Amino acid sequence: MTCEISQALLHGYLDGELDPLRAEEFERHLESCSPCIAKLEEQESLRASLRGAKLYERAPAGLAKKIQREIANTRSESDYQWTWVPIFRWIAASAAIVLVMVITYFGVGRIFSGNSGVEQAALTEVIDAHIRSLQPGHLTDVTSTDQHTVKPWFDGKLNYVPPVRDFAENGFPLIGGRLDVLNGRSVAVLVYGRRKHFINVFVWPESSSESAIALTGARNGYQWNYSRAHGMEFCAISDVSATDLHDLSELLQE
Amino acid sequence: MLEPADRQRFERMVMPHQDAAFNLARWLLRSRADAEDVTQEAMVRAFRFIGSFHGVDARAWLLQIVRNACYTWLEKNRRTDLMTEFDETIHLQPTQSPEAAAVASNERERLMKALETLPARSREVLVLRELEGCSYKEIATITSIPIGTVMSTLARARDGLKRVLSPSTTRDASGKEVHRDV
Repeated sequence: MTCEISQALLHGYLDGELDPLRAEEFERHLESCSPCIAKLEEQESLRASLRGAKLYERAPAGLAKKIQREIANTRSESDYQWTWVPIFRWIAASAAIVLVMVITYFGVGRIFSGNSGVEQAALTEVIDAHIRSLQPGHLTDVTSTDQHTVKPWFDGKLNYVPPVRDFAENGFPLIGGRLDVLNGRSVAVLVYGRRKHFINVFVWPESSSESAIALTGARNGYQWNYSRAHGMEFCAISDVSATDLHDLSELLQE
Repeated sequence: MLEPADRQRFERMVMPHQDAAFNLARWLLRSRADAEDVTQEAMVRAFRFIGSFHGVDARAWLLQIVRNACYTWLEKNRRTDLMTEFDETIHLQPTQSPEAAAVASNERERLMKALETLPARSREVLVLRELEGCSYKEIATITSIPIGTVMSTLARARDGLKRVLSPSTTRDASGKEVHRDV
């Protein structure tokens, strides 16, 4: 690891945001790099003084009252009653609705559907299945790095054919596949490796043909990434970094 | 009518984060008075859109609205704040004047001033990380920048802060202190 690379990593390390493997790599680097040790100490003391200086400023005492007074006279967007709204309200309401749509479409929706797009329950199932798969002997039903072995294995076990590709040259070697159950239905799972970590990719046919979307998130220490491509929906889950998972997701969508 | 339910949801999920909202606005706008106005406006907006919030992280959702309100406010009232990139010749000057040096004897004042000299985009990630204790993921959500960029922005912001706090010395690659002309 060159010092050049470790400069950004140093901050990820300081913040405890590196995945275990990269953190370990960085610690190994620290053993032999005194400038990095000095820099880390410098940053730690900067952080200590920032936190010690009590810079956090709480809302003034009267603010909550002011807000409550104002919302007492405000309707939430779902409450507009069309029959008796005066004309200016119509205009304001339609402008607000356009705004809601724009915000929902471009901002809030995109980002927060991360919590609702893949339904919470489904996400819990995916995480449980991922954890189960890490028990000895549960990871794969068919173990092969050859896509031409893994793909035919699914034949006849499912009513669809998942796309199976090996991404070894991109750093995500195919390890194998297995059947798992999501939402009461059998789905294909492709297992990829990333350094010493495993990534489970759940694949099932697209239920409605919307345009390509990708959602990501983290839960219980696992990163997940949901995407659609080639008429399939993919949900990748692992303890690798979000960036790694994102890279794999791009490959799946190619 | 959804009204009572919406009001309850807002009270339960959003109101508890009003300090977080105010703190972010205060640091982005560098003024308590302006922050109070913008926080109020953003909280009311959050109330109006509570029906479109289906996530779990209400704090990040609210802070995203607050941040947008702050940038809109700056755009309208103080555009220069958004255009100023970090520039040592401008930002380091205040710390060199005698009055500033006197003020700087107070550590809190000194850090506060230093933080305020950083460009808004650096300041916000530092405030979210160090004062609000947000994870990279949350910062990415609030600021709509990729997680990888959060890490590099934080690196730049902290280095910038370090430079403002000790403008006359810096460390070279071997960790030795080097004096610069300022």
